[in-house]
Amino acid sequence: MDAALIIETVIKAVLVLAVVAGLAGFATYVERKILAFMQRRLGPMNVGPHGILQLAADGIKLFTKEDLVPQNAVAPIFKIAPVIAPVCAFTAMAAVPFFPEFTVFGYKVTPIISDINIGILFVLGVASAGMYAPLLAGMSSSNKWALIGAARTVIALLSFEVVSGLALLAPIMMIGSLSLIDINDYQVGGVGSWLIWSQPVAFILFMIAGFAETNRTPFDLIEYEAEIISGYATDYSGMRWGLFFIGEYANMITVSLLVSLVFLGGYNPLWIIPGGIMILLKVSFFIFLFLWVRAAWPHIRPDQLMWLCWKVLMPLALINILITGIVLI
Amino acid sequence: MFELIAFYTFSILTIGMFCIVVFSKNALYAMSALAGGMIFISGFFFLLEAEFLGVVQIIVYSGAVMALYAFGMMFFDTTRDVKENINNKKILYTLSILSAILIVVILCAPIFSANIEAIYPAKLEGVGNVQMIGLVLFTKYLIPFELAAVMLLVAMISGIVLVSKRMDANLTEDEQEHIEGETI
Repeated sequence: MDAALIIETVIKAVLVLAVVAGLAGFATYVERKILAFMQRRLGPMNVGPHGILQLAADGIKLFTKEDLVPQNAVAPIFKIAPVIAPVCAFTAMAAVPFFPEFTVFGYKVTPIISDINIGILFVLGVASAGMYAPLLAGMSSSNKWALIGAARTVIALLSFEVVSGLALLAPIMMIGSLSLIDINDYQVGGVGSWLIWSQPVAFILFMIAGFAETNRTPFDLIEYEAEIISGYATDYSGMRWGLFFIGEYANMITVSLLVSLVFLGGYNPLWIIPGGIMILLKVSFFIFLFLWVRAAWPHIRPDQLMWLCWKVLMPLALINILITGIVLI
Repeated sequence: MFELIAFYTFSILTIGMFCIVVFSKNALYAMSALAGGMIFISGFFFLLEAEFLGVVQIIVYSGAVMALYAFGMMFFDTTRDVKENINNKKILYTLSILSAILIVVILCAPIFSANIEAIYPAKLEGVGNVQMIGLVLFTKYLIPFELAAVMLLVAMISGIVLVSKRMDANLTEDEQEHIEGETI
């Protein structure tokens, strides 16, 4: 291992951390604006032009708010839990290729922190380990709402993980590799070779599982305000609370990247649009889709989530794998 | 150099975590440390360039320990210390020391007689980690693999059968009818 590689890796890691954490903050502003637009409101308007500085105001509020630890909570676990969410979300990004290769001053840069040849499994596994954050937060708060939130985290994890794994198996069978770069290169031949055309079922299943994994609206049962106050986050304040949401938005970005890479051609250039712009467009579209669904769909109950995942989506995913296998043979 | 640093970091973290699992009286500490230890173990797999096993370690154990948490939630107040009910400390200590020595002997015996050899060394040119596992699983170890799959299927079906016994019937309604029948 030479020094250049280490410096390069450190620079990449810091860049990913800074950019994604910034984007996660910005996404809260975008979310409020888009939700307001869909509900015929104005959204944040007062701080800066069109409320764009609301972001800074929120940041100041989060950082300066008093950091409370409830009296009966298990303090060490209570304090560690919020850190797990962003740590897992950012660790998962280590194996995600963001852009095509490019050269800076004659030095070839591959925009992926660590090119391990099982990238997609790593991303899925580490992202689902991030569910420990709400679980530990809920169990250490010694608060009934938080405990119910933690229990719901377990059933959400056990439900969506099966679906997302089985849904991704079919495209992986076609490609024959778990590396995200190989998956991207498989779809190099323009729109016609995107995997969404040959694996539409897997695409929809993985999208649904992605919504469940990131706790977004149709499946945000672990923090649904009307039922369990704020679920696992009931007792959190200030930046500890903010860390959960940095993790959630970073996970949204990861899931959007995964869907774009696996099903929508990734960072391959299209017509005159270069690859780097293409992936940004796709990821932005999926972030928008997350917000759109939040505005358009009601919440579902935990039993409905389990019914959906185990009785509808899992058999569908298995049938999809079977058909893919028969076609491949 | 870096592998050495990584190895010692992961060793210290893993051993520390599992010490907490054993010594802590709080179920929440023990389970969290168990989850952390399981995830740190995957670091060794990554160091040995067995990435697939490392990731499988993370996925399988994060799910499995999650289920333990669920049991913890159902049976304990996890924020309080567990009161251990030990009647005879001498028997406990003797048994645990004996079993520890037994495990060490079992694990060290083949190393001392230098009998550990990889039948399928993992270094083949141009064959990745995942392909290697696939080759070994579906050639040399096909029958144990299929048997394990059948055993898991049997366990799953028996679990479902045991749990879902008379799931369509409502227990409280049955009791009601029973009581009414008696009074009539």
